[in-house]
Amino acid sequence: MTANEFYSILPLLILVGWAALLLLVDVFITHRWKGWTAILAVLGLGTALLVTVFQMGSEFSSFNGMIVVDGFAHFLLILFTGSGIVAIALAHHYLDRMGLDRGEFYPLLMFSISGMSLMALASDLIVIFLALELLSIPLYILTGFARPDLDSEEAALKYFLLGAFAGGFVVYGIALIFGATGTTSLAGVVGTISAGSADLGLLAVGAGLVLIGLGFKVALVPFHMWTPDVYQGAPSPVTAFMAVGAKAAGFAALLRVYLAALPDLSPELTPVFWILAALTMSVGNLAAIAQSNIKRMLAYSSIAHAGYIMMALVSFGDQAAAGDAVAASLFYLLAYALTNFGAWSVVIALEKKAGQGLDLEDYYGMGKKHPLLAASMVVFMLSFIGVPPTLGFVGKFFLFRTVLQGGFIWLAVIGVLTSLISAYYYLRVVVNMYMHEGDPELATDGWLRLISASAALGTVLLSIFSVPLFRWVALSVLKFF
Amino acid sequence: MNFFLNPLNWVTFFPLLGVLVILFLPQDNKAVIRWTALVVSLITFGLSFWVLALFKAGNPDLQMIVKLPWIQIAGWEISYHLGVDGLSILLVLLTGLLTPLSILSTWTAIEERVKDFMVFFLLLEVGMMGVFLAQDLFLFYVFWEFTLVPMYFLIGIWGGPDRMYAAVKFFLYTMAGSVLMLLAILWLGIYQGTFSVPDLVAQGGIPGDVQLWLFLAFAAAFAIKVPMWPLHSWLPDAHVQAPTAGSVILAGVLLKMGTYGFLRFNIPLFPQAAVRLAPWMALLAVIGILYGAAVSYYQQDVKKLVAYSSVSHLGFVMLGLFALNSQGIQGSILQMVNHGISTGALFLLVGFIYERRHTREMDAFGGLWKVAPVYGALTLIVTLSSMGLPGLNGFAGEFPILLGAFGSEAIGSSWYAGFGALGVIMAAVYLLYMFQKLFLGPLDKEENKSIQDLNLRELFTVVPLVILIFWIGLYPKPFFNLMAPAVDNLVQIVQAASLAVH
Repeated sequence: MTANEFYSILPLLILVGWAALLLLVDVFITHRWKGWTAILAVLGLGTALLVTVFQMGSEFSSFNGMIVVDGFAHFLLILFTGSGIVAIALAHHYLDRMGLDRGEFYPLLMFSISGMSLMALASDLIVIFLALELLSIPLYILTGFARPDLDSEEAALKYFLLGAFAGGFVVYGIALIFGATGTTSLAGVVGTISAGSADLGLLAVGAGLVLIGLGFKVALVPFHMWTPDVYQGAPSPVTAFMAVGAKAAGFAALLRVYLAALPDLSPELTPVFWILAALTMSVGNLAAIAQSNIKRMLAYSSIAHAGYIMMALVSFGDQAAAGDAVAASLFYLLAYALTNFGAWSVVIALEKKAGQGLDLEDYYGMGKKHPLLAASMVVFMLSFIGVPPTLGFVGKFFLFRTVLQGGFIWLAVIGVLTSLISAYYYLRVVVNMYMHEGDPELATDGWLRLISASAALGTVLLSIFSVPLFRWVALSVLKFF
Repeated sequence: MNFFLNPLNWVTFFPLLGVLVILFLPQDNKAVIRWTALVVSLITFGLSFWVLALFKAGNPDLQMIVKLPWIQIAGWEISYHLGVDGLSILLVLLTGLLTPLSILSTWTAIEERVKDFMVFFLLLEVGMMGVFLAQDLFLFYVFWEFTLVPMYFLIGIWGGPDRMYAAVKFFLYTMAGSVLMLLAILWLGIYQGTFSVPDLVAQGGIPGDVQLWLFLAFAAAFAIKVPMWPLHSWLPDAHVQAPTAGSVILAGVLLKMGTYGFLRFNIPLFPQAAVRLAPWMALLAVIGILYGAAVSYYQQDVKKLVAYSSVSHLGFVMLGLFALNSQGIQGSILQMVNHGISTGALFLLVGFIYERRHTREMDAFGGLWKVAPVYGALTLIVTLSSMGLPGLNGFAGEFPILLGAFGSEAIGSSWYAGFGALGVIMAAVYLLYMFQKLFLGPLDKEENKSIQDLNLRELFTVVPLVILIFWIGLYPKPFFNLMAPAVDNLVQIVQAASLAVH
């Protein structure tokens, strides 16, 4: 390994190495001191984050083009490691409260983040598959972390089976793309297509199969069936993390593969993307209305938001618009991450043992009894709907602009109308908190309060002072081949 | 003009300072919270006079402009851009006036969660001021959508028995129109290259067919807010369930955001579409006038009656706007203010009797004049003003509207004005019927005999409005002078477009 190669995957090496060491160290940390495992994990994630920040601004590839380091990857690495830190803060007291404080939680989380990071760096289809498995397998385990709770076990099994199935689609798709172009390198695929020596029919089928596999990961309709059960069964901090991390990683791969490598397939795939985005937004938001459990509701909401991000990909064949599409999706992912973690911190604060405290009716009376937490939750709900002044609104504004620029007016109309539908169920949480009487009990957990308050402040203030974020996403350029 | 010395920044964001102060006050100290809110809103009203003092009536353009780059990156051209002209100055003053009066009306009516109430109320004022002053479409949309949130809470927490239904309906209805407007705003930003309203008006050049679509998208948002028939069904629910102060602001200011939207955006940005659609808009306006009046007559609940009468009165405003001539538009702007004053006062008066008797059914009253003569006299004046009696403010607005609509080229037929005028007569019928049921006849209900007349605080909330009713009715000239140059400017834009259409 050359120094350049070493440097390109340094954050990844730190994550994997640290996690492996932590597994060993954790054996010697007694039950009373499990907090140290969490602290050590945060330190590891923080180191990887710092190294990434230090690397920002550089753009190069290594391992013969299998790894590419660009602004896009840096943005996602920071998002993943940051999400990991927040997830640990969400999880620490929660695990204790639920009797789940086993030390392997933290290394597993770090392994999953290393998979996501590899996804952000991957520019070869084989590496993408490797990253997909590396991020998924720890997530399957984390989903079942609440064993012997049956819901959690069921969720893990379901997630594993469907995930493995989806992985099969990805591999088969990669095989077909290899058959069509004779290479798995994204740069190689671009080269073969422009040289005119690729079998475009076979390539399109392969690209479609990869889309199905990745569609499972980001929960696009009709590949979303697993999402509500898994989100409900998994321990809440894991769900919060999954909703951000796994989704962002999936979109990283989608953007990298389709925008950078396969823009020539846009005549075939643009209509498919259009339909997937429209279906995902509609079904996600409509199904969320019927939910009475907040975890399931947020699961469907996360499906719907995948649909919104998917809109940015519809114009993927248009090189001029592609830069904006990437920036808009990254911006939206960030807005979603902030809002999502905030909302989950409130959910976790109310959750009790054995899946209690998760009904929408358990939010009765929050506004009176816990005004700060309730006000934060209002901000998150408004941000999910896309009402100003929240980051969710700016994110949607940016996304819809990309869609209109691509000329997809009807998709934009479907997008805004489904956000209108979403207002109905998000407002139900607000109605329950402020307009019903009740006496909700909260977990006393300083980390949750810190996260919900700072996420709420961030959601509002960053929407008003959003220029630095715009500048950052503008710098997070996806490298084209 | 220096940023910190610009009155527009102050008048918009001063209530926010009040919110910050109230947030740190102890919840139980209701009196201090009420006084803080009142003082803050009074100072804001004073600041709106600062705007008036610096306002040059002869100048048709935007004045006291603040324009700072906000989001100007990656092809975005969004500014923090405020300005005031003849189209908006009166509405700024109206907002400044009605907010403290509404707060004063809650003194004894709101006992629960006073702190939250005042916070939401002042936040609402920020939103309303922003809507009338914003000159950047993005900024405007932010304020526009933001007003939804505090109003939603005001209805939903402090409202009547069906408040949750009414609050959600209000939110969803209004948002349904807004999201379509959002797409039109984005379209303008992308294809016209700017979100600045004056730049967009000056630049023009939007093809006629596209104008039609954009007009409809903006109209979706504004017509729901006005509300125009047949999009009005959220209004009775929201009004009946809202607390008195909420109703006053809803009728007095929030509905004007809709008519103002037509005036500020639809007509100058898409003048060709406005000319082409004027007869249709006038038709809907006239249907609204007659429908609102007819339905008002059949109401038993006084508040519902006043709510439906708003549908009718705002029909007049819409009719005047789409006459697209100077008389009609000037009358409409004045009528926006008049409706805010008269209907605001009516809601206040209904609120007083509701606080005393906890019912608003007309059959529960009768002969109130005998026990509460001051209350009766004030109600009579307001009722007469609302039905457009000459010498009071309603007439000063409705007359030019009907005159404008009668001779309007854009509408093309005097039948609209003719049927609209019927609405004036119908208003006299349902309003006098209401007055008779409440105040005349025998005082035959035991509970009504002990009703107290208005106290000093209540007088303070209504008397300023009654003074304005007389002032505008007898001498409306200063009000017309404020708006005339800006309206003439607008009419010129429309005339140029009208030539292009025909």
